[in-house]
Amino acid sequence: MKDLSTKAKVRWCPGCGNFAILIAFKRTLIELQIEPERVVAVAGIGCHGRIVDYINVNSIHTIHGRVIPIATGIKLANKDLMVVGFAGDGDAYAIGLGHLPHAARRNIDIKYIVHDNMVFGLTTGQVAPTSPKGMKTRSTPYGSVEEPLNPIAFALACGCTFVARGFSGELEHLKEIFKRALTHRGFAFVDVLQPCVAFNNTYEYFRKRVYKLEEVGHDPTDFKLAMKRALEWGDRVPIGVFYSVEKPTLEDEIPQLCGTPLTLRNISNIDITPAYTYLR
Amino acid sequence: MELSFLVGGEAGMGVMVSGRILSKAFVRGGYHVFATNEYPSLIRGGHNFYLARVSDEKVWSQVKRVDLLIALDRLTVERHEEKLHGGSVTIIDSRDSKGVEALDHLVEVPMSGIVKKANVPLILRNAVALGAAIAALDYDLNLLFDVMRDTFREKLLEKNVEVARIGYEYVKETYNVSSFRIKLKPIENSKRLFMTGNESIALGALRSGMKIFAAYPMTPASPILHFLARLQKDFDVVVLQPESELAAINIVIGSWFAGVRAMTATSGGGFSLMTEAFGQAGITEIPVVVVLAQRQGPSTGLPTYTSQGDLRFVLHASQGEFPRVIIAPGDIEEAFYLTVEAFNIAERYQLPVVVLVDKYLAESYSSVDPFDLDKAKVVRGDIISGMYEGSEYKRYQLTETGISPVVIPGTKGAVVKVNSSEHDEYGFTCEDPLVVTRMNEKRFKKLELLAKEVETKGLGVRVYGDGEITLIAWGSTKGPILESMRVLLKRGIRIKYVQVVFLSPLPVNSIKTTLRDSNEIIVIENNMTGQLASLLRERVNIVPDHVITKYDGRPFHPEELIMRVEEVI
Repeated sequence: MKDLSTKAKVRWCPGCGNFAILIAFKRTLIELQIEPERVVAVAGIGCHGRIVDYINVNSIHTIHGRVIPIATGIKLANKDLMVVGFAGDGDAYAIGLGHLPHAARRNIDIKYIVHDNMVFGLTTGQVAPTSPKGMKTRSTPYGSVEEPLNPIAFALACGCTFVARGFSGELEHLKEIFKRALTHRGFAFVDVLQPCVAFNNTYEYFRKRVYKLEEVGHDPTDFKLAMKRALEWGDRVPIGVFYSVEKPTLEDEIPQLCGTPLTLRNISNIDITPAYTYLR
Repeated sequence: MELSFLVGGEAGMGVMVSGRILSKAFVRGGYHVFATNEYPSLIRGGHNFYLARVSDEKVWSQVKRVDLLIALDRLTVERHEEKLHGGSVTIIDSRDSKGVEALDHLVEVPMSGIVKKANVPLILRNAVALGAAIAALDYDLNLLFDVMRDTFREKLLEKNVEVARIGYEYVKETYNVSSFRIKLKPIENSKRLFMTGNESIALGALRSGMKIFAAYPMTPASPILHFLARLQKDFDVVVLQPESELAAINIVIGSWFAGVRAMTATSGGGFSLMTEAFGQAGITEIPVVVVLAQRQGPSTGLPTYTSQGDLRFVLHASQGEFPRVIIAPGDIEEAFYLTVEAFNIAERYQLPVVVLVDKYLAESYSSVDPFDLDKAKVVRGDIISGMYEGSEYKRYQLTETGISPVVIPGTKGAVVKVNSSEHDEYGFTCEDPLVVTRMNEKRFKKLELLAKEVETKGLGVRVYGDGEITLIAWGSTKGPILESMRVLLKRGIRIKYVQVVFLSPLPVNSIKTTLRDSNEIIVIENNMTGQLASLLRERVNIVPDHVITKYDGRPFHPEELIMRVEEVI
């Protein structure tokens, strides 16, 4: 398999946390031997969004905050595709947060990777929903007065069947998380701590604090334990898979989706006369 | 042979269902029926009415006059008394008749007493009233029962039939119905359908091969969601009610991208939320079909009332410049065929299409002949699936027509890159001034090509009648206009009516040609500012002599339209 790169020149700041996500994802596809033609990557708006230009798979670079509904439409249309959404923290936790609980409720078999650098980078450094309280940015020169959102606890509360956190400073570990997310059957949510070298460089901060859940014998099928770990933040920051259970997916629940993917169905001469019975 | 009847009462009294059942009984007996309704945004109380016109020839709209008033409460009489004439018959529950005894041909039926005695729910007063109506008109009670059999199940059916029969017999025994002027006899056993504009659109979508429908409830478009939800398993269609209109349109865009025809339906408020994604469909060149059923007013406005106030909004919705198609059916039958057209155009030209209707068209009913499916065929355009054998695939390949061959993701041999940022031919983000220029031109070439097709095939305008006075209008005003023309012609006033079907691309040449010999041009619109009139000034360089507008949330009645036309000519 090729290395999945494209002719597009990568234009992120040197040292950007997005590189690790890009590399980990490409390696995931290669190691899982998923054919590029079968993958659709959906990206939102922000520095992360260009990731789809840099991976040689089908892709759509969509508008701000709408990664989940676009991915949902694609998956419903062709359940044989591996649909992976990439979103920034602005996409996922600010303007598009409203979609997350519903994707979780549906447990649609799509993957959702959030590039969480806790700042708005592409718009040159404004506060984000995950920015720590007191953080000074161009839009909060006196420090943010809002508490940050806890994405892991939120995702768990939403009912996501797969919840994980990765760190761009731990490439191999991140790749292993992606592999588990992509092989999870159902909606998989991964928050990636992704330092922004220009506006919020957190490499050192997190390197000192992260620890791996699998190294402390965490049981990812235990919801209460997952929630307890999700609330850990500060001196120690857990990374790894918090929660992973299997439940029926949306595709399982809708009988119309059984069999051939919708996109391959013949629509050339549909007989509408059975509907006439309601209209007489 | 003609009858205009009105059923009125509070929300929750079964007004709409009664009107529908009675109408269907007439349709089955070979009559043409057009019906409209009015209801406030309430679940209980208020005043609802269903107004239908029944005739042995094609009817295009309701009239204001009422020949048969079925009053499920006294307020109905108070509200509609002015529409009655000397020959009108009024059916009322005896308990409500105090104060209205002076009405001519008043048929008092102890509806409440009958349902009480039969030990059935109070709402079945409406079935008693229907039986009474059949008796008053001397129509065939069995046709009413036939419709009831296809509407209700088991116990509820039995009860409906039982009390309808009592109502029928009561009237036959108590009143000398032969003294009533209006009588209807079944003409023939008819296979005609009776449906709303919403249902017609839903059927058009099913015929088009739509496999995914995603919509957030919003009056007056929600019945499309309800109808399709009911049919989803019979037609293998996924019907989804997602978290918002934002989600709905993006799900639809995702579906089309993956090769599945999809649709959403909403009203102006929902479309406001969809506008960003609408532009996304424009720049990504992903087809999308949006049904927009207009209602009166900005913001919440009058949620359950009609308007044509969103034309300018839809013409300009979303930032930047991109081609869009706006198709406005004029009646319930057209709504079917033009929905099929909308799907075909969206996919062949790879752009967003709006089917622009309004509450009046979406929620009114009409008897319709079963559709001619040969005139409603799926045409998909240049789509490659299965295997791509060309060199490196360019989703946005520059071509003479502006249309690039489409590969569906999942196709072997090709990677499809679609981009809401400006992009090069491959779909990679690109800010180069030359590429930006070319891509803009590419997208608008498609609209030019479509405009040519619309003009050559004569899809853009429909012309009715002939005369030196021209009425020009779009959408649901068609019915009242055609009815008015009939009457005006009898008065010696010959009128040509030009119905603009495509608002974008606007068939400028067709409009110019057809208006060439007009002495007087009158624009008719169900809005305040005359949006088509301004569009004609802007695009066709025509200044209409008169603009007749109406913006009270109600459709034009032919009587009113005739008067207003006569005022200005």
